[in-house]
Amino acid sequence: MTAENPLRLEYVANFEYAYAAGRYASRFMTALRDEAKLHGTRCDECDVVLVPPRPVCGLCGGATSDWLEVGPTGTITGYTVVEIPFIDPMTGRERPVPYGFAFIRLDGADTNIYHFLEENRHDHLEIGMSVEAVFKPPDERTGTMADIVNFRTLQEK
Amino acid sequence: MGRAAAVVAVGPTDHASRRLDVSIPEMVREAVDRCLASKDLSFGQIDAIVIGNMELFEGINLPELWMATAIGAAGKPMYKLNNGGTVGASVAVAADHLVSSGLYDTVLGIGYEKQSEGETQSAITTVGDPAWERAVMAGAIGNFAVMASTYVAASGVTPEQAAQVAVKSRRNACRNPHAHLCRPDITVEQVLASRVLAEPVRLLDMCPSSDGACAIVVAAEGRAEQVTPRPAWFAATATAHDTQFMGDSPQRLARMRSLIAASDRVYAKAGIRDPRQDLDVAEIYEPATYAELAMYENLRLCDWGEGGALIDEGVTEIDGEIPVNPSGGVLATNPVGATALIRVAEAALQVMHEAGDHQIADADIALATGYGGNAWTEALILRGGRP
Repeated sequence: MTAENPLRLEYVANFEYAYAAGRYASRFMTALRDEAKLHGTRCDECDVVLVPPRPVCGLCGGATSDWLEVGPTGTITGYTVVEIPFIDPMTGRERPVPYGFAFIRLDGADTNIYHFLEENRHDHLEIGMSVEAVFKPPDERTGTMADIVNFRTLQEK
Repeated sequence: MGRAAAVVAVGPTDHASRRLDVSIPEMVREAVDRCLASKDLSFGQIDAIVIGNMELFEGINLPELWMATAIGAAGKPMYKLNNGGTVGASVAVAADHLVSSGLYDTVLGIGYEKQSEGETQSAITTVGDPAWERAVMAGAIGNFAVMASTYVAASGVTPEQAAQVAVKSRRNACRNPHAHLCRPDITVEQVLASRVLAEPVRLLDMCPSSDGACAIVVAAEGRAEQVTPRPAWFAATATAHDTQFMGDSPQRLARMRSLIAASDRVYAKAGIRDPRQDLDVAEIYEPATYAELAMYENLRLCDWGEGGALIDEGVTEIDGEIPVNPSGGVLATNPVGATALIRVAEAALQVMHEAGDHQIADADIALATGYGGNAWTEALILRGGRP
């Protein structure tokens, strides 16, 4: 059987969630918000410094105990310039394009984080470039990764 | 090691960007009806059901509840899986485990998605940990493009080589009556001229969004040969996971740890020493052209850095030494919750010698992979003939 005029049923939902950040993210985000400082944890077994900080090493499974400061400078280890519109999950609004987006290895860390780049011209970017975190002003920081506006390049290609 | 199990029947739906003609249960029923009818099976012969999709895409909690009537599940054991893009392959692996363990003789496996009905890109952001990654996501494509940049740096693959993968897929799809995107006249130039989504990824480098479903029947040794003369036996399956944070490995695509781990395990179990030589065909979960090239390397179809050369030399074309995705693959058809099950179903059709116009002659050993979530991989080897 085939419907001659199939109908569509619209449904619009607005669900709200609030998550406990947890012990590790709370400590990291508090230092980011109050001091504009970034931290990782060191694996007791394989010695790598992990950002985001966490209780167990993602690479070898060892426990971590030391917290240490990393960044705010670092290196681009992968990058793109995004040109496709995308709804920012934090605002519900479309993020303006184009914008640079990258893997950053913070100085002192052995893993990488995703973040935005100030530079949005693809041919001005390359892997290995030095970058530095651009923090929001103190009174605008709320304790999220968005307290870092983006990373600006410290050298020209 | 349990008893042998095999895929004995396969049912795809038709695929389109919008299947406005059917509801989700009606679409799933289309796959199940085709699957059962292909081997004169009936619901009464099904002992248990495994079903999976991406629930947040359509925003339906307990979708299997609405599906129960349409798939004949009332009164039967039904298991739901929900593990990202990998889910369809996990459905097949679970069906194999349920049968080979001796729990059930005949299991129906189902994967489906109606991407047109919901919020794929927004829903996928919830994969990111809310503390660390969600605030700085750039959608599946932006995040993938960063990974692709690391693969390009490691291997030196070119946009032209990636574009050849796009061309291969959409041309192969024309031999597959159930594929979504058939483009017989597509050229490398057209791919390179398509819109940049996020460098180096262009529109035609990416998989489409499809509505569709897939069903398979898995049966035990003894039962399987009664259903079909040439079942597709599960020779080996393996599951592997990567770490939570994408940035833990800067080479998430160039060195896909979970794909390497899973494929090495199935190769060892199935006695495959040289995959390029020993496999007759592969149906892999390639969400984008660059991913397919990287997967050639990670699956050991070639040496590191040789993924681009493999497509240049035509090795993975439908008439090549090791055809990859003769069905057109994910780049041609992508109903996410069904996509990885379609890989298994297509690999099964190949070794059952029922793949029609995209049949690889005399195919005996096929590889299928599922890939998704945060780099969760399933790998399967299916073999025709004897278990």
